[in-house]
Amino acid sequence: MSAVLVIARMTVLEAVRGRFAWLVAGFASVGCVLAVFAGEVAITGTQGFRSGLLGAWLRWCAVLTVGAFAISSAAGDARDKGLDLVLSMPVPRGAYCAGKLAGFAAVGTFSATACAFALAWFAPLPQTALWAASLGLELLVVCAMSLLCAFTFTHVEWAMSSVLGFYVLSRSMTALQLIAHAPGAESGSVAWSFIRAFVDALAYLLPDLDRFTESEWLIHGAGTLADLGFAAAQAAVYTALLGAAATFDLYRRAL
Amino acid sequence: MTGAATATGGAAGSRERPVAAVPPAVQWMLAAALALQVGWHAWRPDPRAEAQLLGPVPAASALQIAALGDQAALARMLMLRLLVHDRQPGASIPFMHLDYERVAGWLDAIIDLDPRADAPLLAAARLYGSVSDPGRQRTMFALVHRRFLEDPDRRWPWLAHAAVMAKHRLGDPVLALRYARAVTEHATGPRVPAWVRDMSALIAADLGELETARIIIGGLLHGGRVGDPSEIRFLGARLEEIEARAAGRARREAAGRAGRDASPSTRVGAPPAYKPRADDRRTASLGSDSPRNARR
Repeated sequence: MSAVLVIARMTVLEAVRGRFAWLVAGFASVGCVLAVFAGEVAITGTQGFRSGLLGAWLRWCAVLTVGAFAISSAAGDARDKGLDLVLSMPVPRGAYCAGKLAGFAAVGTFSATACAFALAWFAPLPQTALWAASLGLELLVVCAMSLLCAFTFTHVEWAMSSVLGFYVLSRSMTALQLIAHAPGAESGSVAWSFIRAFVDALAYLLPDLDRFTESEWLIHGAGTLADLGFAAAQAAVYTALLGAAATFDLYRRAL
Repeated sequence: MTGAATATGGAAGSRERPVAAVPPAVQWMLAAALALQVGWHAWRPDPRAEAQLLGPVPAASALQIAALGDQAALARMLMLRLLVHDRQPGASIPFMHLDYERVAGWLDAIIDLDPRADAPLLAAARLYGSVSDPGRQRTMFALVHRRFLEDPDRRWPWLAHAAVMAKHRLGDPVLALRYARAVTEHATGPRVPAWVRDMSALIAADLGELETARIIIGGLLHGGRVGDPSEIRFLGARLEEIEARAAGRARREAAGRAGRDASPSTRVGAPPAYKPRADDRRTASLGSDSPRNARR
């Protein structure tokens, strides 16, 4: 247990030394300026424009920066022999995985909290809190995926592309399923049936990220604790899956 | 690096090597590249402002995918893009030159993405609908009318505005009455103010459609939708006034007929007091709109 905490602490220290907080402050500030500008251009519903667009901006920036940090950290450990050094001590590989994931989760929580502070200027507090909690869970899933991809691909560009593809696909899976099942001209053909089955099968493997951190919560105040509960359950299930896959991959690796 | 800096007299502790340490070829290359960039910029023709046309509306499925699960945010991005389309860098496009069918298509798509957004219908009614071109105004008002029927209790302000614009700017009281009656018939929520409910009756009375106005007011009074005593008094007074006008019109028509027939003058009594009739309890169904037919 202590090994997990030490590795998590080292991961957080890595983020601190890399001035990750400044990066978050930077994109949050830019987002606030853009939100104010968007509010000036809007002809009505200024609050909705500001909170909705700022929310979308912050979510994308947080996902990209936290994902990039997680990949570079895990890949850097492997490249700089830090991983070899840790595993040369009596530390199980599973503990290393858990420690890295815990550290990434802490960095993700910090990012979500910072985003909530920026957003609190433009949106109601209860909905902002709900949104930020959901963002923290979304970042946890992204971190777990980043860890798995960093172990699997070892090259940063491959891992980054895979995480980005996973995120975009997870967010648009529901829309793809709706389109695949909509009645259309080709809906009866064999090819269309295959596509529909493929999309359905893919949906089984991906998390429902489109139900996480919705801008609608900020704009219309539509978020509920049930939404957060759904996000928490989905994040728990999927993080466990990805964490297990990453640990499996690490155990199979010959150092 | 620090050693080289010290050896050439650089400041102690400096972590950079002196400029002299850079090979002359590299220095020349840097200077040449800088000159090339400045020359390129000077040679390049000045940018010309060229207004871009509003693009076609993507398929609803494409927009759903592009939203990446966040349709409300995409709806606002598209709305901002549409709002600034007439103010492009270096070019300002008058509303008269916009393709209104395409604008209506974009507004439709934005409403589909976020049905609770107010901005698209406000823009249609008050911004794009204020252009001094009856055809374009009608396009926007038709959009407002069509989308109003999907959620009347939320969207009535924009159709009420369209009714006023149709009456006073378009000079089309029939269209105004159609819109006003749609508001009266469909916007029945508790937050819809009284003047909105009564608007159709007043427009009908102004139009001289006394029977229609009588039916609308009768429907309001006896349909249980009016509870405020002042409003009941106001509507009752309007009803009496309409009855009096109707009676006066009937007298004039009877007198005209009598004159033509050269028969003895007919005596017409005082207008009867208002008594609710069976047809008062229904709202008039002339040009009735229903949400079911809205998107045809």
